[in-house]
Order: sequence, then structure tokens, then C-alpha cells
Amino acid sequence: MKLPGVSEFSWRDVATEARLLLIGIPVFLWTMIPIYHMFLFAISPKEDAFSGKLWPDHPTLHNFEIVFKQQHYFLRDFYAQFWNSTLIAAAVGALTLFIATAAAFSISRLKVPGGRMVLNLALFTYFIPAAFLAVPMYRTMGNYGLLNNHWALILAMVTIASPYAIWVLKQASDKLPVELDEAAVMDGATTLQIFRLVYLPLMMPSLVAIGTYAVLLAWNEYLYAFLLLSNDREITLPVALGNFLAADDSPWELLMTTGFIYALPPAAVYYAFRRYMVGGLTAGAVKS
Amino acid sequence: MAITLSGDHALPSPPLSPRLTPAQVWGIVLLAPYLLVFLAFVVYPVCYGLWLARAPSNYVALYNDPIFARAAVNTLIFLVIGINIKMLIALFLSGFFAMQRTWIKWLSVIFILPWAVPSIPTILSVRFMFNPEWGVINHLIFSFTGDDGPNWLNDPTVALTMAIGVHIWKSLPFWTLILITGRLAIAQDLFEAAEVDGASWWQKFRFITWPSMQTLYITCTLLSMIWTLGDFNSVYLLTGGGPADLTHVLSTLGIRYLRLDQLSLAMASIVCAMPFVLPLVYFMMKRLSR
Repeated sequence: MKLPGVSEFSWRDVATEARLLLIGIPVFLWTMIPIYHMFLFAISPKEDAFSGKLWPDHPTLHNFEIVFKQQHYFLRDFYAQFWNSTLIAAAVGALTLFIATAAAFSISRLKVPGGRMVLNLALFTYFIPAAFLAVPMYRTMGNYGLLNNHWALILAMVTIASPYAIWVLKQASDKLPVELDEAAVMDGATTLQIFRLVYLPLMMPSLVAIGTYAVLLAWNEYLYAFLLLSNDREITLPVALGNFLAADDSPWELLMTTGFIYALPPAAVYYAFRRYMVGGLTAGAVKS
Repeated sequence: MAITLSGDHALPSPPLSPRLTPAQVWGIVLLAPYLLVFLAFVVYPVCYGLWLARAPSNYVALYNDPIFARAAVNTLIFLVIGINIKMLIALFLSGFFAMQRTWIKWLSVIFILPWAVPSIPTILSVRFMFNPEWGVINHLIFSFTGDDGPNWLNDPTVALTMAIGVHIWKSLPFWTLILITGRLAIAQDLFEAAEVDGASWWQKFRFITWPSMQTLYITCTLLSMIWTLGDFNSVYLLTGGGPADLTHVLSTLGIRYLRLDQLSLAMASIVCAMPFVLPLVYFMMKRLSR
């Protein structure tokens, strides 16, 4: 029997650890190789990038310089596209938060008639594969005259993000005690005051999680962005990345550099809010 | 269809009578933004799309299109084989990551990366790794064997397998995370008691872990199948549906028809998937909206 705190060498432990490493090392390689490959391209000069080396002879930041100075045909509108991505992600986050919080408050706290039905419809939308909805959505945006307009992408992403947002916020609202509302009503608070002064502050953690979810969803979206926007100065970064493929002699090192820059913000946001994301979202995604 | 019927019920139907309390009026006002979005961007597009796909000739055209049949088979392979492999790996890895070791904790932080970064740059990165002339894989094959490596993405079977691989790479962390939460919810004293009784690794899994996780596991598998139907990126960015349109799945096929300006065919191909999708969706809604 091994006592806690007393480390004792045993072959059994070594064998266990070795077996774990046998799982851990492939998992590490599997996870990192595509990301490392992208990073490698970003820091390699063109000749090294295409030579199949595992580390460049002369690592350089030259590719980043080209991207940031927009010194390539494919990168003419880099800043405009970066800005589009940022703006659209921020707008989707804000609009989704507004729509979903209002709906969740209405369904969960005010018990609006028909609220249950709306929640079910929202859930139903959540389960329609987004790529299926994209086909009629494209045509609809055309009918509304919104094609090539940022609002098309913003509204489409809000449509996709809000069902899950409403569902998660509704679950979180249900956990707040009813007595809070009752006490506020006793004190003569109006519905709006309850919403602003009682509800919103208590919902903050869930709101952070949902806001992050919507922002990342919009920032990462490729399919809707490339369907709904086409003008070079109006598209978002992922569409610009996809457009690199149009040429036969694509500058892959620049593509990877731009991709790396594009991937950094969401990764940073994800890790910064990991506590919220892992706890709030994954637990909410599948209720066992 | 379910959406069109229930869309009407979604309207705040009771008239604004004096019986409504101010709170209920506010409830309707606050629900209105979502209802507007829902009507304008879900109900209208879906009804419009179904209307476009109403002509039976569309389905005859689909039936006669070998690309559609191929895409349907590919989608089935993607869902039935791909998702089950992914979920089995996730189940296995959830046990690995639930271990109390510092280095495993760190590895789990790295393991989330594919989920945290956008899929476009990483899929393109994989695509270039397998480039027959310039990719690192064929460079390595050449330097070890002196032979030219295969033209990976030019073989439909290999290309589809790789698309499934890319999908697994991207979404494995998410499902592993969920299964880890499921595992951590199991009472530890069950395992301690089993340990005392001398249970084997397999017996512990079979009689403790699996019974407590099977509902979660099956829910996750079904949910992942529904979502994977909408996975456009893994196929489109890796193979583009090629070679010769042999690796399309339903989601990329719909967009292909759309780009060829055959919107009614695109809608018809989606309608054909509905008999499979709707039961899954119904089941999931039953599970989640309790």
C-alpha cells in the first residue's frame, strides 16, 4: 500500500506512465501538426516554405511585414477586411445579446403567453444545419436587397446565434429565485427596472459567455460570409483567405501568415474566457 | 412542414385586451425582436425555399444526377462511420483527460486548440501539407523512400477520408470536453468499491462508467450527426467537392447547385434530407426541452 506523500519507485507506476505517454504523445502530435505547419509557413521565407523542412534555415517575420503593409495583390484590402470582420463580429455579439436577453427575460421571468412555443421554435432552428438554411437565406437576402451589404451577414449570423443564446439564457434565468422579482415588485419597481437593476446584473456571467459565443461564431463564419458578401472591400477575412485559392500559384506563405493573424484573436478570446465557455456552454449544450 | 405550420402559432396571438397585465405587455414587446428575426430570416426563407422546390421535376432531375447519389452516400459515410469513430475516440480520451496528472492537465489545454481556432486557416494548412508537389508529406516520403508520394486529394476515397479526418480534428476536443464533464459527474466511491472488489479496467468501464454515461453518449452522437450535416468547411475547403465532384456531401452539394444558379435543385436536395433530419431533430428537442 502506498502512503500519500511518500513517493516510492515502482515499475508498475513507470509502466502506467509509459502507457499514458503512449496516448499523450500521439494526441499532442495530432493536435499540433496542422497548427505548427501553419506557423512554420508564417515564419519561413518563400524558398524555405516550399522545401518541406521542419524548421526554416532563416526564420523571418518578413511575411508579417508584407501582410501588414498590404504588399501583395491578395492583400490589398487586408485592413478593410480585418475591420469588416471585427465590425460584423461586434455587431452580431451586441444584437444577439440584446435579442436573446430580452426574449429569455420575457419567457422565463414574465411568463409571456406562447413563450414555451417560441422557445421550442428557437430550439428547432438551432438544430437545422446552418449549411441547409444558407441556401434559402441567400435568396432571401437577395429579395430583401441586402446582398453585398454587411447587414446581410450580421442578420444571418444573429439568426443562427440567437436560438442557442435564448436557450442558454432561459435556462440560467430559471435558476434565479422568483422572490427577487416579487420583492422588487413590492418595492414598486416597474418591469423595466427589474430587467435593468435586478435581472441584468445577476445574469452577467451567462451574458459574457453568450456574447463571446456570438462574437466567435460570427468571426469564424465562412459559408455565410462568402455567400452573402462578394465585393473585395466588403468581404471578411475568412472569405479573403478562401479567395487565395483562386490562383494557381497562390502565395501559400502569405496565406498562412494571414490565417495565423486571423486565428489569433479568437484563440486569445477563447482562452481568456475559457472558464465561462467550458462551464457555461458545454454543460448547456448537452443536458444529460 | 413543421416550420411553416408552427410559424403562425409563434405570433403573440391573444389580442391586446385590458386583461393583459403590464408585465405581459412588456413580455410581448421584449419577445418581439426575436420573433421578427425568426419570421424574416427563418420562416420566410424556409417557406420560400420549399415553394421553389415544389415541382416534382426537381426530384426527377436529382434522381438522375449521379453527383446527388454520390453525395448522399458520402454524407451517410461521413455520419455513420465518421461520427461514430469520433465519438468512440472522444469517449476513450475523456477517460484519459479525466486523470489527475499535471502534464495531462497541460495537454488538455493544448488539446482544445483546434476547437478554439477558426477552421479555415487550419484546414487550408492540412490541404497544403498534402499537396502532391510542394506539401511536406510528399517531401518526407521522397526523402525517405526516393519515390514520389501519391496525389492524395485526387483519389475520392482518400480525399473523403481526409475530410472526415479534418472534421474529427476540429470537433473532437468539444465532444471530449462534454464527455469529461459526464465522467467527472460519476461518484468516485463506486470506482473505489470496484477497486476493492478487484474489478478489471474493462469491468469498471462496462458496469460503472458506461451505464452512467450512455444517455449522454447517445445524445452527443445524435447531436453531432445533426450538426455534421451542416459541416460545409471540412469538405469544401479541403477537396472543394473534387475530384470530379465525387466527394460532395449534401451541404456542399446544395451550395454547388446554388452557385450553378439551380436554386430549386439546391432546395430539393435539402428537402430530400429532411426525412432523416427531422426525426433526429424531434428526438433532440424532446430530450432538451424538458
